[in-house]
Amino acid sequence: MGSLLSACGLKKKKKAEENRHLRANDREFNFSFQYANNAIKTSRYNIFTFLPLNLFEQFQRLANAYFVFLLMLQLIPQISSLSWFTTVVPLLLVLSITLAKDLSDDITRHKNDKHVNNREVEVLIDGEVKKEKWMNVQVGDIVKLENNEFVTADLLLLSSSEPLNLVYIETAELDGETNLKVKQALTVTGDLGNDIQRLAAFKGEVHCEPPNNRLDRFTGTLTVSGETLALDNERILLRGCTLRNTEWCFGLVVFGGPDTKLMQNSGKTVFKRTSIDRLMNVLVMFIFGFLAFMCTILSIGNAIWEYQEGESFIAFLPRPDGANASLSAFLTFWSYVIILNTVVPISLYVSVEILRLGNSYFIDWDRKMYHVKSDTPAQARTTTLNEELGQIKYIFSDKTGTLTQNIMTFNRCSINGKSYGDVVDFAGQRVEITEKTEKVDFSWNPLADPKFSFYDHQLVEAVKQGSPAVQDFFRLLALCHTVMPEEKTEGELYYQAQSPDEGALVTAARNFGFVFRSRTPESISVMEMGVPTTYELLAVLDFNNVRKRMSVIVRSPKGRLILYCKGADTMIYERLHPSCSKIMEVTTEHLNEYAGEGLRTLALACKDLDEEKFAEWKQRHHVASTAMDDREAKLDAIYEEIEKDLQLLGASAVEDKLQDGVPQTIEQLAQADIKIWVLTGDKQETAENIGYSCNMLREEMKDIFIVAANTAAEVRKELVNARKKMSPESGDEPPIMKSRLWGKKSQVVEDEKVDGEYGLVINGHSLAFALQKDMQLELLRTACMCQTVICCRVTPLQKAQVVELVKKHKNAVTLAIGDGANDVSMIKTAHIGVGISGQEGMQAVLSSDFSFAQFRYLQRLLLVHGRWSYLRMCKFLRYFFYKNFTFTFVHFWYGFFCGFSAQTVYDEWFITLYNLVYTALPVIALSMFDQDVNDRWSFQYPQLYSPGQLNQYFSKMAFVRILLHSCYSSLILFFIPWAAMNDTVRDDGKEIADYQSFALLAQTCLLIAVNVQLGLDTCYWTAVNQFFLWGSLSVYFAVTFTMYSNGMYLIFTSSFPFIGAARNSLSQPNVWLTIFLTTILCSLPVVAQRFLFIQLKPTINDKVRHKVRQSKAMPLPPPRRFPRRRISTRRSGYAFSHARGYGDLVTSGGFLRIPIKTRPTIFPRSETPVADSTPQTYRAIYQESASS
Amino acid sequence: MVKKQAGTGPLSRRPDNSAFKQQRLPAWSPSLTAKTVLPTFYILSLVCLLLGIWLVITVENTYQLKVDYTNSGSCERCFELRKNATNAKIPCQCFVNFIVPKLFQGDVFFYYGLRNFHQNLRRYMDSRDDAQMVGRKKNLKTPSSYCAPPFDYDAGGVPIAPCGAVANSLFNDSFSVTYHPTTARSALVPLYRKGIAWYTDKNVKFRNPPTNGTFTLQQAFEGTTRPLYWQRPVYDLDQSDPLNNGFINDDLIIWMREAAFPNFKKLYGVLSRSQGPFTEGLPAGNYSISINYNYPVEYFRGGKEVVISTVSWFGGQNHFLPIAYLVTSGLILVTSFVLTAVYVKVGKKGKNMEE
Repeated sequence: MGSLLSACGLKKKKKAEENRHLRANDREFNFSFQYANNAIKTSRYNIFTFLPLNLFEQFQRLANAYFVFLLMLQLIPQISSLSWFTTVVPLLLVLSITLAKDLSDDITRHKNDKHVNNREVEVLIDGEVKKEKWMNVQVGDIVKLENNEFVTADLLLLSSSEPLNLVYIETAELDGETNLKVKQALTVTGDLGNDIQRLAAFKGEVHCEPPNNRLDRFTGTLTVSGETLALDNERILLRGCTLRNTEWCFGLVVFGGPDTKLMQNSGKTVFKRTSIDRLMNVLVMFIFGFLAFMCTILSIGNAIWEYQEGESFIAFLPRPDGANASLSAFLTFWSYVIILNTVVPISLYVSVEILRLGNSYFIDWDRKMYHVKSDTPAQARTTTLNEELGQIKYIFSDKTGTLTQNIMTFNRCSINGKSYGDVVDFAGQRVEITEKTEKVDFSWNPLADPKFSFYDHQLVEAVKQGSPAVQDFFRLLALCHTVMPEEKTEGELYYQAQSPDEGALVTAARNFGFVFRSRTPESISVMEMGVPTTYELLAVLDFNNVRKRMSVIVRSPKGRLILYCKGADTMIYERLHPSCSKIMEVTTEHLNEYAGEGLRTLALACKDLDEEKFAEWKQRHHVASTAMDDREAKLDAIYEEIEKDLQLLGASAVEDKLQDGVPQTIEQLAQADIKIWVLTGDKQETAENIGYSCNMLREEMKDIFIVAANTAAEVRKELVNARKKMSPESGDEPPIMKSRLWGKKSQVVEDEKVDGEYGLVINGHSLAFALQKDMQLELLRTACMCQTVICCRVTPLQKAQVVELVKKHKNAVTLAIGDGANDVSMIKTAHIGVGISGQEGMQAVLSSDFSFAQFRYLQRLLLVHGRWSYLRMCKFLRYFFYKNFTFTFVHFWYGFFCGFSAQTVYDEWFITLYNLVYTALPVIALSMFDQDVNDRWSFQYPQLYSPGQLNQYFSKMAFVRILLHSCYSSLILFFIPWAAMNDTVRDDGKEIADYQSFALLAQTCLLIAVNVQLGLDTCYWTAVNQFFLWGSLSVYFAVTFTMYSNGMYLIFTSSFPFIGAARNSLSQPNVWLTIFLTTILCSLPVVAQRFLFIQLKPTINDKVRHKVRQSKAMPLPPPRRFPRRRISTRRSGYAFSHARGYGDLVTSGGFLRIPIKTRPTIFPRSETPVADSTPQTYRAIYQESASS
Repeated sequence: MVKKQAGTGPLSRRPDNSAFKQQRLPAWSPSLTAKTVLPTFYILSLVCLLLGIWLVITVENTYQLKVDYTNSGSCERCFELRKNATNAKIPCQCFVNFIVPKLFQGDVFFYYGLRNFHQNLRRYMDSRDDAQMVGRKKNLKTPSSYCAPPFDYDAGGVPIAPCGAVANSLFNDSFSVTYHPTTARSALVPLYRKGIAWYTDKNVKFRNPPTNGTFTLQQAFEGTTRPLYWQRPVYDLDQSDPLNNGFINDDLIIWMREAAFPNFKKLYGVLSRSQGPFTEGLPAGNYSISINYNYPVEYFRGGKEVVISTVSWFGGQNHFLPIAYLVTSGLILVTSFVLTAVYVKVGKKGKNMEE
């Protein structure tokens, strides 16, 4: 969007808006401010600006600018050592490829813009509702939205079809959340209803903040007939949302098009570069230096030569006017800059882009990363980061929706000391539940949820037989919750639960015959085993983090007063009646068992109340709930009073379903030495639980540290203690490696050695302290020593901070994976962001670099695609630098024989075509298709991943090795032909030591030698590789013979002076003997050295390849088997969402969308229902950060 | 390739299951194992050895003799004379004696050699106009800008043909060789001085401006002048053969094919073996060379020589490649032993290959 803003900025330099002022239904008035209308423009160019603007942008790139500089040098006759075409042809090619790519991108953007701009919406114009295109909507217009329509612009909600002027919106496109959110219009405007006359006459004036990108905030005022009302975010519908469950609503356009919060937010895409990119930039700078160095040497040589020899050669070659040795040396310097420019080939950048694009396509095309259920293929959204996927050292993962499906299923329960839910065979052995296991048949219950599955038939029998304990158990589940029902047609029930756990429990009760059907603030209607029953709801003792339980007090139709309570077992157990001790013991056993399986448990209890005592309590409750100060604490105390002496009913266990294959994936990644940090908004117990169930925290870990302190000092102490325990000798000062790069100081904390595996769990509160400046490094040191780190209750900002911390102080590549809007910040911060797609939210995917449907695809993305991409990229770079250095160094050596006169060794056409034609395709084929071992072996040996993390394939060291190798090759490639041709003639006595024949020989030797080197580098010879390799060689000979032919010479005499050289020289046996010798001498040392290394110090790749060879005869290894982990006894978390409950809403009724006409008594209280309850808008990001 | 499914349907976005897209193209994955590497090394060593021996034998049967006449024999006088440019027009003839120790059997080639003459300087090499020398009328009188001053137009503004520094510095010594057999009279060694350039050069690259029976070469070159250092115009280079004149003069063509290195030799003539004692080749014995010493080499501290050589299928006498092959063969063999030893000691057991 930066480009968009700047593009807009280019057009009209508008003064920054300080305050927005608009009047409804008054286009003329609003027009005076020149607010942007609702048209959006994400495209960058139009027909006329495309060429100049794009070229301007392209020449801002260093490489292109460098080539223009070269071109200018070449236009100076005294300097020009190469013809203009040697630079122009590659430059034009590169420019036109980029041009084509940008053009197609921009056309797509134009299409998208057009599509969006041409959507239609109803607008109130001149007192009539007319259809109008989105782009013609102006600020100050009143638009009418209907159900399921996209919100056109940022609107001030005026009125709606729903009671209390509520509207329901889905913000998936904005923040990825699919739960509906409530917005409410002001009463003043709400009264307008859908009365077109009144709406047309509405002349409200809005003063508000200027356009900004904060989704959670809006400040402004509305002035209606002299009365000024405050506006906040509750009144604003943002573009990008969708209207749901609302027949219609009217809104006043406040921000349009580019000013909307969606557009202000979309983009500022951080331009990510890979570490190879950064290394390449360093190397290119180094190469420039090296180039200057070579040119300096050569120009000094030229000065000496001119001084000693050139003086005496003046008779044959007079110098230009005024030239002397030093001027000549100066000119020679620039001439050599031109000749040796091939060390920084322009085609490098193009080829790198091409092969990254290719590898991105391979990701898009991979069927093994395609999710059938959601029909979602993997997608490489950023095509420039592939090789970094092979270097990941740290993964930061979100939990909900990423590791877990965010689906809770009622799995087990313990009722009255008996455990249900296991499937047991005749011998009493537990049977594993598979797809084939017979499900319990719920057809006897017409209201049952068909998606619900349960496998233990005993429980149904127990319910049917009317066992009071079991019935009480489910009655509790049906009554004690804050779920909202929705029954569109008879029997079709939908539950809107704040936490999926609650939904699962209520659904379970529903299937077992206790169907929660509807609620009012004062009653709950339940179908109990087919009998409609209505309970009077007397109080909801809501959940919060301290209480960790909730209760309801109801009066049954028979007049019994009962308190139902469910909550964390620890909490419930403290409040049980002593008579329950026996049942408690058994239930505890069951609870431990459930917890051990990673289930989230709740203990359930109930209690009969005494009418009088309750009345008295109710009184005090009312006082407390209306208290002005300290209301929370007072209420807690009141609740505490009544929640005691409970009778234990049992316990429920809900499974937080993991995504498929998560534990296996995590184990694979751990084997690849990738550290996984889970950053979750969940509470500690839940996160820990998931940590165990997905294999991140393991029993065999030496220790798991839990940092949960309340002061900075304590946090520090705990961190230091943990560190000391892991590595007693670690010093107080972090081992910092200071380095300066481009003037930026960077502090890199080195890895410290730890034996044994450790885990670290840190809660949000401690994390806040630990992320402070002075403790950051302490946190980093301790955390990086652990195999697994789990951060709980983390806000989105903290997620980004943690990622940033590791990114900044560790010399490692980070990856963040998440699915929700709260992960966007970390996805954008990390080197690589991965979004889970195919689910509802889009925000994470939109800001991600790669997306796919399932967490388990991550292992394929990293261990296969990433590893290959890294391998390919490094091979490509190594080979590319090799071939170009070798090419260039030959010129350098020739300098010593041609008086440093900047004479080239090769034909100019060869110089032009070398990178573009002769060597372009084989190396691209190499770096597209090469694989050391196939994907199955890659999975089998995750250790193959580690060279990437250690930057082993391409580093400064490797670069120096390439330099030396090229130096050797170029010596061979120059001096062997030199010695062989220096004093010889053809077999018919005619010339062969002439410049043209020598040039042809040198270039042929070079081309064959680099192609053989390519062959040695290739591990995976597909037909394409073969074709390109042999094709390129044939093309070389074909082109050479053509260019050196009579016809070409006679047509373009001065362009192809090498006529006949090929025929006269390549027919000679000594030429071919020379070529053969140079090839052997260039390639055999490489083979010998590689063979020696394989024998003496085999790398992991060599070992695996050895295994592959050994197993050629045998079938491929079976896919890795993961033993089912045996589970120990741990206490689990419990099934509650961490945010405050819906209790207030339930009792106030504000959330209930039941038409007034049918239930006239629904709003008995006078206060505004929504005003004092906080609808969970943008819960994930904003509420949470505020609460923790 | 699975046919792409229609745009809708439950699996509409499933990628094709083609070997290419799934990166399962059938491929050959060679690797450096003892089984492949060691035999290759031994075989290559053997190949190089055989080639080396063959080449040594071949080269041993070719002969080459170099007679430096820069300032040896009676040429010292001429050498001194040429030091001064004002004497350029004064002819100078000198003699150098030499002995052929052994019969030069077969075709014998006579070269003139120059040392330390940089035909490969960039500015020198560029200073020519191929379009002119291919006989284009248009280019004849408008030399290319590459023939930088003073080699494009003379002081009077007349275009020079052939233009440029290369043509200007044409080697203009001429020599004849006399055989002094002990028993018979001295005999002039007959040389073919034509047909010694590349066929392509003679017939394609260099052409005279169009002439016909009435329109002579001299007329064709009218309006141009000879290069500064030349004593005769281009249409009159070979007085003995009018067809060897103009741009297609063999000596000019050979000179125009610039040498790659500062020391080079260029073909002067081929022994005519049609008569007398030369049917077998160049017999052993005493010889003398009579040289028209015109070309000044003192300026560039160079040297001049006459090179007499026989050739084989392998070209002229060149000791480098045979020796290089033998050395390479030895190196490969040594390497092979090292590799074998390492393999037997370490690699064979495969201990290192275990994880």
